[in-house]
Parts: sequence; structure tokens; C-alpha cells
Amino acid sequence: MLETLLEPLQYSFMQRSLIVAIVVGIICAVVGSYLMVQRLALLGDAISHSVLPGLAIAYLMGANIFVGAFVAGIISTIFINLIRTRSNIKEDTAMGIVFSAFFALGITLITTIQKDTKIDLNHFLFGNILGVTAADVRDTLIIAFIVISVVVLLYKELLFYTFDKLGAQAVGLPVNLLDLGLMMLIGLTIVASLKAVGVILVLSLLITPAATAYLLVERLHQVMFLGVAIAVTASIAGMYLSYFYNLPSGPAIVLVTSGIFILAFLFSPGQGVFTHPPSNSGQIAILKELKGLILANRR
Amino acid sequence: MNGTAAIAINNLGVYYRTVEALHNISLEVLPGKVTGVFGPNGAGKSTLVKAMLGLIPVRVGTVLYDGQPLQNCLEKVAYVPQRSQIDWTYPVTVWDVVMMGRVRKTGWFRRFSTVSHRQGMEALAKVQMEAYKNRPIGQLSGGQQQRVFLARSLAQEADIFFFDEPFVGVDQKTENIIFNIFHELADLGKIILVINHDLGESITNFDELILLNKELVAVGDRKEVLQEENLYRAYGSKVTFFSEMSSHLAA
Repeated sequence: MLETLLEPLQYSFMQRSLIVAIVVGIICAVVGSYLMVQRLALLGDAISHSVLPGLAIAYLMGANIFVGAFVAGIISTIFINLIRTRSNIKEDTAMGIVFSAFFALGITLITTIQKDTKIDLNHFLFGNILGVTAADVRDTLIIAFIVISVVVLLYKELLFYTFDKLGAQAVGLPVNLLDLGLMMLIGLTIVASLKAVGVILVLSLLITPAATAYLLVERLHQVMFLGVAIAVTASIAGMYLSYFYNLPSGPAIVLVTSGIFILAFLFSPGQGVFTHPPSNSGQIAILKELKGLILANRR
Repeated sequence: MNGTAAIAINNLGVYYRTVEALHNISLEVLPGKVTGVFGPNGAGKSTLVKAMLGLIPVRVGTVLYDGQPLQNCLEKVAYVPQRSQIDWTYPVTVWDVVMMGRVRKTGWFRRFSTVSHRQGMEALAKVQMEAYKNRPIGQLSGGQQQRVFLARSLAQEADIFFFDEPFVGVDQKTENIIFNIFHELADLGKIILVINHDLGESITNFDELILLNKELVAVGDRKEVLQEENLYRAYGSKVTFFSEMSSHLAA
């Protein structure tokens, strides 16, 4: 048993990708907790899709692709805010417009340069964790260090700000700076996750562990710690599944995460579907939901 | 105690885009009094408070406290927003919310001190919520939630208190506790400004009233403000309000 578990670790590429998967899982769970409580899950999706042209341009210019992706992410949030504040268009619509435009631009750019270089669009879309280099590991660790330091140092201010923006602003906290800081954290985390799961699946790592933990515990820092535990478990399990059954690594991690969420959703002591029926009629909640659906359709 | 200065609003005007929300407001909010802001829906009550604190941009006018712009003394201000502004499913406990009142005093990169912990506990005791310290706020009743926010403002040791509709959806016990604390704070020389819309019996708990309808209708002592012509100007024709006259007769 132990031998089987140790077997993949003799390959240095597996060591590197496991480290990246775990570190990315940790920072995604922490930053994703803020996304979830602020109802900004869509923003995570928007930023992750928007970084694509930045990756392509950085690659063309020979710059660090992490930097390119980060800059593109920041520009996209600026556009989203511009549309939202200078017109009556709502935030979700603004996000939809900007992120699909950036995504399309990114795909166009990468497809064009793909012919002359040896890069692969699929690696950007779905990640290429088995291909991470020592430099990638270093960059990921640096980003993780920054993200976790900022969250630890600003924890009480960010808690106040994300819970009660007006109250925080009224006592004179620099809410615009805190907001910018939060956006930076989201951007950095997404950029660090691209190698592991790609732009399309990163949303799952951001919000699913946090949402799962939210079903089980009651304070933000507990959501973060439990989310980290869930994410690390899923990262390791996903990597092993992908090694032994020859599955794509990113999707394997995401599927394990989603599986854990389903368990919590069904069996959470506080709010599970099976453990916490919404009425005291004794009927199992899910049957009632189904009945409701059928009755609603008949009407 | 430096809580003896008044807030002086001079010629305040606020616009939302091109729509005028408040026009030419000039008044004083006095320390040592419980001041109520009244007016119909859309009169600009919340707008007035937000503009005073600089939460929304002010087109013209000044808001001074002790001769300085109020916006420069925000650390002395405790603000409790409307219930609807808060996400009650947020994963925080009663204690987490109360300690938010200590964030500004604690300062960046620091942990809460023992003094802060004591302040938090005292504030919770004052609103009779110590037993709920570790409860998630989502599990409390509306009145209990409002008391927790009152405790947060007490923990802040502020000189100026702003409350936006604190009596919406609260029980009688909570209302009594809140008014008692308002009067205690007033006796300490604090400024207490409360947005309210209920013209019923509870109005007698206010010392001073500000009557608004996009512009200032009346300000001053409660009995002087509660004149029929003022209410008519603020609310239009149909308004019934608690009359202290008739209650004296009944008693």
C-alpha cells in the first residue's frame, strides 16, 4: 500500500506537480472564501477567462507569462468597473461582455502564434500540471507567500469590509484600497492556478472548497481552514487518480472537489439535505423537492 | 470627555447623477440629545447621513464637527447601517461582529488587545447578548441582530452615533433596550442621530427632531417640530401621528 502511494513520488515531475497542486489548492480556498461571501463567484470566472490575451502577449514578448496574465486580469476588472459605473448596465452583464471579449481575443492570439511557436492552446485552457518546471514551482510559492501574508495581515480589516462595506467606510477604513487589495489577491491566485487547472476550471478550485466548508462551519477563518483542508485532500487525491488511471489532472482534482461538496451538501449536520429537513413533516427533503417539481409542472 | 461639540451642516446639497436628492440643508446636531431624522420614503434621510459621513459625494456644502470636516474625524463615528445592507448569511458570529467595532482603534497588522476584548464583552453585556456570543448572526432574531450592531457601536467608544432605521423588525424588548442606551449615551454628551419613520408613540423618546423632505422642513425641539403644518409640509395631506396632547388627556 505504502509502496503504491510512494511510487509516483520517485518521478521529479510528479513531485513538482504535487507541490503546485497543493499550494494552488491552499490559496484558492483562502481567496475563494472572500469571493463566495462577497457573491463575486462570477468575477472569479470573468478574471480567469480574461487573463488569456495577457498570457499570449507575454509569450510573444518573451516576458513572464504570470505578469502578462496578471496585467490582463487587472485591465479586465477596470473595464468591468468602467461599464458598470458609467452606464446603467449591471455588474454581471458587464462581466459577461468583458470576459467573453477578452477570452475571444486570447484564443485568437494564441491560435495565431501557435503556428510559429510550440505552445498549445489546450495547456492554457485546461492546464498542464505535469509540465510544470522548477521555475513554475518557485513562482507559485512566491505568489502563495504574498497571498497568505496579505490575508493574515489584513484579516480583521477584510472581514469588516467584506461583511459591512458601509460600516467599514464610515469608520474611515480605506475601502477602495481594501477592494483593490482583494482584486489583486484574486488576480494573483488565478494566475498561479493556470498551470494546474487552466482558465476554465480554476473557478471550481476557487469556490467549491470554500462553499463546501461554508456548509460545515460558521466563521470565516474556519471556512478558510476547512476549505484549505478540503482543497489539499482533493489536490492529492486528484493527482493520484490521474497518475494511476491516466486521467487528465486538472479535471480529476475538480471532480474530487465537487464530490466532497456533494457529500457536504447531502450530509452537513447543520444544513444537509438528508440531515436537516426544512420542515418537521418527517418527509425526506429531497423527495419533497421532487414532488414539488412534479406538481409545479402539472399545473 | 471631548464629546461636547456639535455637528454643523451648512448648505448641504446632494445629487444622484442629475437628480437632486437633498437641497440646501443647514442645521446643527447637538450633543447630549437623542435626535431623530424623520420624513417620508425618498425624503433623503439615509442620503443625509451618508453624505455627512462622506459615504456618497457631496455637491455643495460643509459638514463640520468641532470646527473640522466630519470626514476627518471618522474614527469618532459609529455607524449602524440599515438591516437590508447586511448579508445575514455571512459566516460570522456575534463576537466577530462586535469586535469589528475595535478594528479601527486596534490599527493595522495588530491583534485585538485585552482592553478590546473587555470592551467587546462589556458592550455585549449592555445589550443583554452575552449568552449569544458564539452564535452565528444568521441564527438570531431581527431584534437580537440589531442589538449586536448596537454593541458593535458601543465597543467602538465613539463620540458620534448614527443609526439607520434601527427599529425596523425589532421586538418591544429590543426597542426599550436601544432607547435606554441612546439616553445613557446622550447623558454622556454624545451625539446620537437616528433615522426613523415611525411617527407612533416611540417618537416621545427623541429630544430633537429633524423633519426632511428633500429639503429641511423643520428642526429643533420635538414639540416644536411636531406641528401640524410641519408634518403637512413633509408628508403631504394624509398623516396620523402620535399626539402627546391626546395621550395626556387619556391618562
